[in-house]
Amino acid sequence: MLNEETVIRNRAEGGKTSATQLRIALRNCGVIDPEDIEDAIGQGAYAALAKVLADGDPEGTIRTIMDSGLRGRGGGGFPTGLKWQLSARPQADQKYVVCNADEGDPGAFMDRSILEGDPHTVLEAMAICGYCIGATKGLIYIRAEYPLAIERLHIAIRQARDYGFLGEDLFGSGFAFDIEMRYGAGAFVCGEETALIHSMEGLRGEPTLKPPFPSESGYLGKPTNVNNVETFASVPPIILKGAAWFASIGTEKSKGTKVFALAGKINKVGLIEVPMGTTLREVIYEIGGGLQHGKAFKAVQTGGPSGGCLTTAHLDTPIDYDNLIAAGSMMGSGGMIVMDEDDCMVSVAKFFLDFTVEESCGKCTPCRIGNKRLYELLEKITRGQGTREDLDHLYNLSLVIKDTSLCGLGQSSPNPVLSTLHNFRDEYLAHVDEHKCPAGVCRELIRYEIVPENCVGCTACARNCPVNAISGERKQIHFIDQAICIKCGACLEKCKFDAVIIN
Amino acid sequence: MNTINLTIDKKPVSVPAGTTVLEAARSLGIQIPTLCYLGLHDLNIENKPAGCRICVVEVEGRRNLAPACATDCAEGMVVSTHNIRVLNARRTVMELILSDHPFECLTCAKNGTCDLQSMAQELGIREIHYQGEKSTYRKDTSPSIIRDVDKCILCRRCEMMCNDFQTVGALSGVNRGFQAVVAPAFEMNLEYSSCTYCGQCVAVCPTAALTEVDHTGKVLRALADPGKTVIVQTAPAVRAALGEAFGMEPGTLVTGKMVSALRELGFDHVFDTDFAADLTIMEEGTELLGRLTRFLEGDKQVRLPILTSCCPAWVNFFETYFADMKDIPSTARSPQQMFGSIAKTWFAERIGVNREDLVVVSIMPCLAKKYECQREEFSVDGNPDVDYALTTRELANLIKQANLDLKQLPDSDFDQPMGESTGAAVIFGTTGGVIEAAVRTAYEIHTGKSLNRVDFKELRGLENIRSATVDFNGFPLRIGIAHGLGNARKLLEEIREGKSEYHAIEIMACPGGCIGGGGQPLHHGDSSILKARQKAIYTEDELKVIRKSHENPAIQELYASFLGQPLSEKAHHLLHTHYFEKKKRKVSIG
Amino acid sequence: MERIRTAEQLHRIRASREQMSLERREQGIVEVRVALATCGLASGAKSTYEYLVEELPKRHIEARVLRTGCMGYCYAEPTIEVTLPGAEPMVFGGVDPARADQIIERYIRQGEMVDGHIPRNYEKVTLE
Repeated sequence: MLNEETVIRNRAEGGKTSATQLRIALRNCGVIDPEDIEDAIGQGAYAALAKVLADGDPEGTIRTIMDSGLRGRGGGGFPTGLKWQLSARPQADQKYVVCNADEGDPGAFMDRSILEGDPHTVLEAMAICGYCIGATKGLIYIRAEYPLAIERLHIAIRQARDYGFLGEDLFGSGFAFDIEMRYGAGAFVCGEETALIHSMEGLRGEPTLKPPFPSESGYLGKPTNVNNVETFASVPPIILKGAAWFASIGTEKSKGTKVFALAGKINKVGLIEVPMGTTLREVIYEIGGGLQHGKAFKAVQTGGPSGGCLTTAHLDTPIDYDNLIAAGSMMGSGGMIVMDEDDCMVSVAKFFLDFTVEESCGKCTPCRIGNKRLYELLEKITRGQGTREDLDHLYNLSLVIKDTSLCGLGQSSPNPVLSTLHNFRDEYLAHVDEHKCPAGVCRELIRYEIVPENCVGCTACARNCPVNAISGERKQIHFIDQAICIKCGACLEKCKFDAVIIN
Repeated sequence: MNTINLTIDKKPVSVPAGTTVLEAARSLGIQIPTLCYLGLHDLNIENKPAGCRICVVEVEGRRNLAPACATDCAEGMVVSTHNIRVLNARRTVMELILSDHPFECLTCAKNGTCDLQSMAQELGIREIHYQGEKSTYRKDTSPSIIRDVDKCILCRRCEMMCNDFQTVGALSGVNRGFQAVVAPAFEMNLEYSSCTYCGQCVAVCPTAALTEVDHTGKVLRALADPGKTVIVQTAPAVRAALGEAFGMEPGTLVTGKMVSALRELGFDHVFDTDFAADLTIMEEGTELLGRLTRFLEGDKQVRLPILTSCCPAWVNFFETYFADMKDIPSTARSPQQMFGSIAKTWFAERIGVNREDLVVVSIMPCLAKKYECQREEFSVDGNPDVDYALTTRELANLIKQANLDLKQLPDSDFDQPMGESTGAAVIFGTTGGVIEAAVRTAYEIHTGKSLNRVDFKELRGLENIRSATVDFNGFPLRIGIAHGLGNARKLLEEIREGKSEYHAIEIMACPGGCIGGGGQPLHHGDSSILKARQKAIYTEDELKVIRKSHENPAIQELYASFLGQPLSEKAHHLLHTHYFEKKKRKVSIG
Repeated sequence: MERIRTAEQLHRIRASREQMSLERREQGIVEVRVALATCGLASGAKSTYEYLVEELPKRHIEARVLRTGCMGYCYAEPTIEVTLPGAEPMVFGGVDPARADQIIERYIRQGEMVDGHIPRNYEKVTLE
């Protein structure tokens, strides 16, 4: 059986091993009782805080985080230690540590799982951060749609106060730190740190231009350090096991592990944590167990609505921040959606744009109107009404939206379009030139037909057709009237003789 | 101060730290186009949400284009304002804005004065490549302001004026994405919000998303009605700005030409609100002296400071936010309403016309005046003292419709008796003017001495909050002045906390006072225009033979023949008012 | 609860937890962890949890049924982890009350493998 060291060594040596997960951020999830602080202590919780306070060297601790190479797990990948250092620098009567738990990517639930399974690690890391930057107040910004995570955080905060891990004079060091919760209404844009801060202040959740960065002027105008849940969860192990240990895992510029919410047409949908540098192939085929129903792999979407769709050509790409960007996608917060031959890539791009259009705050023109127009162009193409000129417009508009949007949401929202245009241009051309959807997804472009040779006249399709589009006597060959058919696919589903096909 | 060196369009420039790329470019004569940006720096007004993205420029080494209005210059920066990447981005952004804008230019209220229209022209947009659904929203009409949100481009200038400068908080961004709009809370109608009708949202709106309610049609109908005697009054700030609508230099005084134009339009008597401003000074000044005298005699009941009450948006503001202090402002009605009240009693009697057959029109730099003249307390049996309040902009339209060229009209004088006025009345049009006028009169009445100088320069200027002490025969009268309701709020909060040191405070809702009113020709973000108007007002004052309200012979006659004394019972009835708490207004959503 | 002021106090709690767990193993007590995060609860883990809490004592099996967070096997919720004394922890997926019954009767009582076993596919760091 592999142990932790072999996983690390194999990675470091580039040796092939059966892809194995290494759980750092998720180390206690599924292990401890999240509502029992002593269970967490039994696994080493709060030992890192005790160590940091005993060392009494905030700069040294920040250096440890910097040396570890930890980068923000919320999506941007900004070096965490540097962020702490920037927040430590300004003099202020009050500073804040904020935990960004406004997880909003469709299909992503890394942060929720950590908060539900191991809330103490986040509290501990926030206190460590507070000590390092000189903040005595912590705030957890969590979406109200996470009631269980909220409940477990409340319990954890109460227990941590009882045990003296929050409050006055922690571990007799004189350092005081406490944490409060702030609830978000679930706006995706509030994951952007300036928008998040405005939301916490009771203002409209929309971003403002950086600089000023929150590290200079954040919550209530005070220096504020915002980190994501998974980032915080990685901090205590780094403190206890050392920067060198963490830096030994991963690739040159991306250290440690990353949690992914593996979803889509894959056998083992799940929450996984792998060392940086693991390839997409290993994740999809070895950890994920390959594609469902033996279908062919077509694409994998990483980075949520801000990411892109990667193809077979990228399967052996080692996953890290820079490789994913170079491949036209991004790490994002850890959503990973696998698509098979039955997925239409134009529709996939449209799905993500639909999300962005809903979630744009509406402040800047390119994001508010540009994304809407992108969506409309995609809609036109999936209806078979697109032209080659529309593809040019799609491309130019995508570039301008990326180039001119105010915050990260708009700057990355065209990525699903650009990556599919680049990687699956043929599919766009099929929609535009031939008015066909090769994957058989776009309703306006497909026909359900009956293959006479296979039809036995069982009437199952006709009986299940919601609009009575299918005619034919019992034991006679049936026929679908295209003028009536609404392309719901019920006939295809009901036919036991493979007589219904999509054309 | 740190100096920063950078290059813009290959031209080196040195600027002080904290200068934006937009400002640095302008110092080089490079005009980067802007849409949402608004800077009235002399008045501490700035809007730079970096939302429209029209002003994007390329900064070498940066991944994305940067908004020039909100990007600070940095040492060694290399900026391009018009390379192909920037031009394509700017044009595409403009096309996007236009793709979500109604194409009603020819019939739009802002046709010809619309910032979006001129920007489309400047950028040479001839085709919109990105078409699609347009956002739609219901129209909202209040007594003064119309919201046509379909024309909103989310520049957020109105929101900044309403929240940051005025602290009224009637408008803010609601909803998300393509559905985002600027609206009152819960998307209720403006009428039921905390709106004071100051009209500053209208004054800064680049499109016709916010406009005034147009009453020109009603006025034209009244003028055409042979059974009606139609008289007009013109507020002091109008004459300092009307010329701009006819291409004249800002600050050109057009008093005489305006009077000619009004006569050409068919008004039976062309009068001056300045007459009523002098009357206001008589009432308000006497009230101030009365309160001051009781205060000096040790009366603990007397409330000081006294606050001016001639600005209707300001009255709406304190009725909403400071109703607990509604006994502090002067009870004197505004000049517009004093004029109406006297016109429909004293003057109507003099010319033998029934009040129902007398139509009083006022020309105001203001949108709140439209609401003020509709207040119930300013009508008799349903007949309002002032029938219609038109803005300076509406008057300009009427003049144009009458085929008149203001520039070529001869100068002529106001009619008598309600056209007679003093220099003290003219300066009502600028911040500091009302209190200066009051001091000129109150000083002479209080001290019994004649002023050897009438110019109280210490009360003038454009600083947001000003204060001065005037020696009233040994008594130091402390005066505070604020323009902009946010600045007023600061003085009001001091009073509420018992920390105010003033005896009298003048408040005007608009930046610069009435010269910057919501009904004036648009300043398009150029504060030099407001300064020029202010200068014109003081020039008109200097040109007047009589410069103290109590020396106005027509006012003296009015008291002698009709009112008796200031604050007499009749004066109370016709010239004073009371205030209401506006908290419990009915709320209607949608 | 007395506030913890030193690393030693913290360590004592940890040591006593480890000791307790060791003792339980020596006493032959079975540990069952039920993944009770949102994903598990949505798939019915609450019934599984309640079933185990009720049934194990009824069937005279000395066991602790513990609540825990997400184990990561979304495709196989509800999931439980069973640790028999002296054995490696075993994860089972798709554990509805019927499968829980099988696990009690066959795996816990007799050590036989049952359907739904999920081989552990990860390593985790341990904090010293």
